[in-house]
Amino acid sequence: MSGGENQELIINGKRLDGRMPDELRPIKIEANVLHNADGSAYIEWGNNKIIAGVYGPKEALPKHISDPERAIIKCRYQMAPFSSLEEHGRSGPNRRSIEISKVTKEVFENVVMLDHFPGSEIDIFVEVLQGDGGTRTAGITAAAVALATSGIPMRDLPFAVSAGKVGDTIILDLNKIEDNSSDADMPVAVSPRTNTVLLLQMDGELTRQDINTAFSMVQKAGTYISKLQREAIKAPYEKIKDKYNK
Amino acid sequence: MQIRTVTDDFIKDLLMKGTREDGRGMGAYRPINIATGTIPNAEGSATVDMGHTKVLCGVKIGVGEPMPDKPKDGNIITSAELLPLASPHYDIGPPTPEAIEFARVVDRGIRAAKVIPTEKMFIEEEKVWEVYIDLYVLNYDGNLFDAGTMSAVAAIMSARMPKYEGEKVIREGSLGKFETGNVISSCTYAKIGNSIVLDPDGNEEASMDARITIANDENYVRAMQKGAGGSFTFKETEELIEKTFEKSKELRGILKKAVGE
Repeated sequence: MSGGENQELIINGKRLDGRMPDELRPIKIEANVLHNADGSAYIEWGNNKIIAGVYGPKEALPKHISDPERAIIKCRYQMAPFSSLEEHGRSGPNRRSIEISKVTKEVFENVVMLDHFPGSEIDIFVEVLQGDGGTRTAGITAAAVALATSGIPMRDLPFAVSAGKVGDTIILDLNKIEDNSSDADMPVAVSPRTNTVLLLQMDGELTRQDINTAFSMVQKAGTYISKLQREAIKAPYEKIKDKYNK
Repeated sequence: MQIRTVTDDFIKDLLMKGTREDGRGMGAYRPINIATGTIPNAEGSATVDMGHTKVLCGVKIGVGEPMPDKPKDGNIITSAELLPLASPHYDIGPPTPEAIEFARVVDRGIRAAKVIPTEKMFIEEEKVWEVYIDLYVLNYDGNLFDAGTMSAVAAIMSARMPKYEGEKVIREGSLGKFETGNVISSCTYAKIGNSIVLDPDGNEEASMDARITIANDENYVRAMQKGAGGSFTFKETEELIEKTFEKSKELRGILKKAVGE
């Protein structure tokens, strides 16, 4: 965790994959990719490949977990056993995926209009098919699109991205190599309309100034990510429009 | 279950008129699309769309200990996940009997036909190559067995072979192709009332009395599995095996084209 050993992550001001410190990896989002799910989205964010599916609102089961005042959200984040370049992974939940599922759920509890559906549940599934750092943030960004396409009313369309630090440089959107040997990693999810933070995790070392710089980077990147999300939600309808205009 | 009954009547009514929901013939597949290399991190991968059914197979190759009864052979470990995002009827939890049957049927065909030549996967005493085949169901609309077998075979045929040097598995750099031993496919039929249809979709599977899967290569039947409560006569079974040999030429053609052979 010292700056010295990490110098190699940034050479001549550029990162190992050629990016500038505040540059995002290429992002592609596609909505409505699954036939059965009420809403779905596929995201390619750098080398991450993630699919999100949403079901509901439907009757909350088992009965005792239902809330007579509002809908509950169930969320599962999972990494496929073939998702990494290393050894075959173990399937099933582990401590990491349980925590990520929980914080992802909490992001959406904030923006979904749960009081419209008392006694119901909304299921969000995030399946990481290939992972390369930043899967929780890419997963949240995709799940937001999946929820929007399902038609479930939301107050806002959240996005997420991580920031971190290598030596003295604050960097945006860490890939796996950077994530493994950076001095700090800080995933953030934001509700852009109110500009509020819905998820914030961090480990490593950051000064107050560092955090300030990282937050500005996250917000600036958010304008672009939000635009991609909106375009992805509209795209299936644009296709229909084109068909009828012909 | 009012809705189920209505669908059931609808499916049977159509079959009596000699047709199906999408107008297919009794012995026709839905459109099949195979994309290989969809997960570059995995040594092999393939996504198969069969109508609305979508199965992704990821193949990881590693080094492990041989099974005590076959100390010179490589290992094959096949699992399936019926992901909850694939259908409103799938839930989170440990593998269901349905998922276990699916993985085992795909595994049996691949093993029996020697698609993976396990006898060539010995490294040294107590060390053999092992191939993990993970079937990920992304959207369910019937006939997982055929889509699953196809995705697994396509993933294996297009896989790269890691190297084992100095106690380490090398997965990157210039690697050769994984050497496959055979190509198989399977055909699954559903018996609904008095009709037998190939490649049942979700509604047809929900209405079926019996199901049979036949996996074969050019010369041999390699695995079979009958499912659900109903039955097939011996004559029907033999006729279906005959049809499968005919149909499988087409399927092997699709597979070979998908992996560029």
